[in-house]
Amino acid sequence: MRLASVDAAALAVGLRPGMPLADARAQLGELMIVPHDPVLDQDWLDRLAQGCARYTPLVALDAPDGLILDIAGAAHLLGGEAGVVADIEGRFARLGMTLRHALGPTADAARALARYQARPAPDETSAIRRLPVAALELEAEETTALVRAGLKTIGDLAGRPMANLAARFGADAAMALRRIMGDAPSPLDPRVPPPPVVAERRFAEPLGSTAHAAKILAELVGEAIGDLAERGKGGRSFRATFFRSDGLARDIAIETGHPTRDAGLVMRLFAERLDGLADPLDPGFGFDMIRLAVPRIETLGASQLGLEGGAVKEAAIDELADRLATRLGRGRVRRLRPADTHIPEQAQLELPAIDAPAPLPWQAPEPGEPPTRPFHLFDPPQPIEVIAEVPDGPPHRFRWRRQAHAVRRYEGPERIAAEWWRRRDNGGLTRDYYRVEDAQGRRFWLFRHGLYDEKPDPRWYIHGVFA
Amino acid sequence: MRESSHPLAGLRQRIARIAASDGVESHRAEGWLASGHARFDDALHGGLAIGRIHEFFAADALDATSAAAFAALVALRAPGKAPLIWLRTTDANKRSGRIYAPGIAELGGDPDRLLLVETADPKMLLACANDAIRCAGSAAVIVESWGKFPLLDLTAGRRLALGARDAGTTLLMLRLNAVPTPSVAETRWSVAAGPSHALAADAPGAPAFDLELLRWRGGPAGTRWRLDWNHDEQSFRETALSGALLPLPARRAMASHGAAAA
Repeated sequence: MRLASVDAAALAVGLRPGMPLADARAQLGELMIVPHDPVLDQDWLDRLAQGCARYTPLVALDAPDGLILDIAGAAHLLGGEAGVVADIEGRFARLGMTLRHALGPTADAARALARYQARPAPDETSAIRRLPVAALELEAEETTALVRAGLKTIGDLAGRPMANLAARFGADAAMALRRIMGDAPSPLDPRVPPPPVVAERRFAEPLGSTAHAAKILAELVGEAIGDLAERGKGGRSFRATFFRSDGLARDIAIETGHPTRDAGLVMRLFAERLDGLADPLDPGFGFDMIRLAVPRIETLGASQLGLEGGAVKEAAIDELADRLATRLGRGRVRRLRPADTHIPEQAQLELPAIDAPAPLPWQAPEPGEPPTRPFHLFDPPQPIEVIAEVPDGPPHRFRWRRQAHAVRRYEGPERIAAEWWRRRDNGGLTRDYYRVEDAQGRRFWLFRHGLYDEKPDPRWYIHGVFA
Repeated sequence: MRESSHPLAGLRQRIARIAASDGVESHRAEGWLASGHARFDDALHGGLAIGRIHEFFAADALDATSAAAFAALVALRAPGKAPLIWLRTTDANKRSGRIYAPGIAELGGDPDRLLLVETADPKMLLACANDAIRCAGSAAVIVESWGKFPLLDLTAGRRLALGARDAGTTLLMLRLNAVPTPSVAETRWSVAAGPSHALAADAPGAPAFDLELLRWRGGPAGTRWRLDWNHDEQSFRETALSGALLPLPARRAMASHGAAAA
């Protein structure tokens, strides 16, 4: 076992990440050791990034332990770059985090400066030129080779023709260098893409009560909807972010099945979501900022109510579906759509009502014929014990759920082959389906899984019940 | 204590009288969900009243599909595109199977009208039913429950009934594997699968239902019907029993089966 990471006190006594645990123990008797959990680390980094959304909407993760914030045009809100840095450092200190920061003209330059800067420099350009070549993050041997060749800093490399570097160390090395120097763009991959419509409010004094926060949220919804109306758009999803004064934040999101500009509806959905939270919204030491984002917008014309009220009723149903989906989870309010396959259990898709596609036609019934597909389908099919008169004949009697049924009438078999064109192993066994009626008049859909020449002793299953 | 219970009982009776004279019943129904079978509809003065609760008990646990299909067909028969909201708990998928849209389409119903709502437990089911029932514009709301439903007491039932009356929505309660108990429902039915009219080569025919009217607020109960579903005409009709096979049914009395189920 090795040390994954050490804190400042451990660094001071000479422990280093990567050191074997036994050595560390030998060096220092009283170590406090916490098992390394990369998933939790990632989760925590994500939460920190969420909290940093208060400074700028463009926050990118630099796993495993970095955050990149694009504060261009956003720094003046906190009194310039120094103000932003002081604010971040203050909040992170309250969370028990120490950090190393750097400001740079591009994301890659800032990142390299934060991670590799050893000596202070008079200005930004010379700071970048003084960075060690390790900042290019090449393979260890290549970095060593560069250092041996006497090229110790980025500045040394930058003075030489780029083509030579590319020829010797690959195009990636040249690209990394150009990015750090600011000659090539270094695009940021933000954690959450910036939403098209945002409304936010900052408070001088943190808000201590959730009820008050909900009131502010209602005002923000009004503002966002005014913005949407000007653009002729409606929101499909809304995300409220509550920033706590300790630097963390909480997202509450809702979705609607159709674009909407109805502030009442949006607030009802938010209320539904806030009521149903497993762990309620906790203001902690208070919220100092609330932001409402509308990440998904769609065109929505000005609407006029129909005289006959049909649209009103439809809207009521849509709202009910949205509300239930908000309360139960989007996957629990569903609509049924056909799928183009003859495998019975795959022939229907249950899709969330919130974004179910437009209806497609279903297989029309044969006139005068009874239904060939059951009303209820078991997925997976349930095994039954069957007695048949001849091995590959229809079932004569069967036992399902500890109850015996004598087959009075049957129709079949309807042979459904596996989809051999989809899978290399022919997709499985052929099924012989029988529609049977028992002595009480109940109708079942049974099948034998496999033909006798496919399988020595095929099993029987019940796949559905007819009306 | 003993003496105080008498006035209490008296008060309860008075409340019951007030409720009976000035409650759900006094309101006229806005229409009916008709079955399409003239005798059946006439006997019920038009069919299943809209804006009321109707309970469907499966005569046996195995008749769950018949009860569900009957309720769904009565609701989906009504023309238009109004959705049928179907609430069930997650374990219903295992017990009675998934609702299978190709099967509904083959019965002549439009599966696109179905809005399925799945809840984790009966408590949430009841809460969502209360919301769904207050939302005008649905063809009907089907609430499917399995076994005893202790949360659905008279108070909860009455709340549902008032919601249905005010919004003009029809609530079809599917009570599977349950024994009928007093409730505020307008009609209460026991549904069982009936032997179908055999087709050529002794193949099972159109879906057939054995219905028994257990209770009706508007008139006498106890009537039985044997209907089968004609998907071409989108209506129920009397089952024509062929003389050759008369496996005389299965007129299962509710009491004995109810006891067995409980």
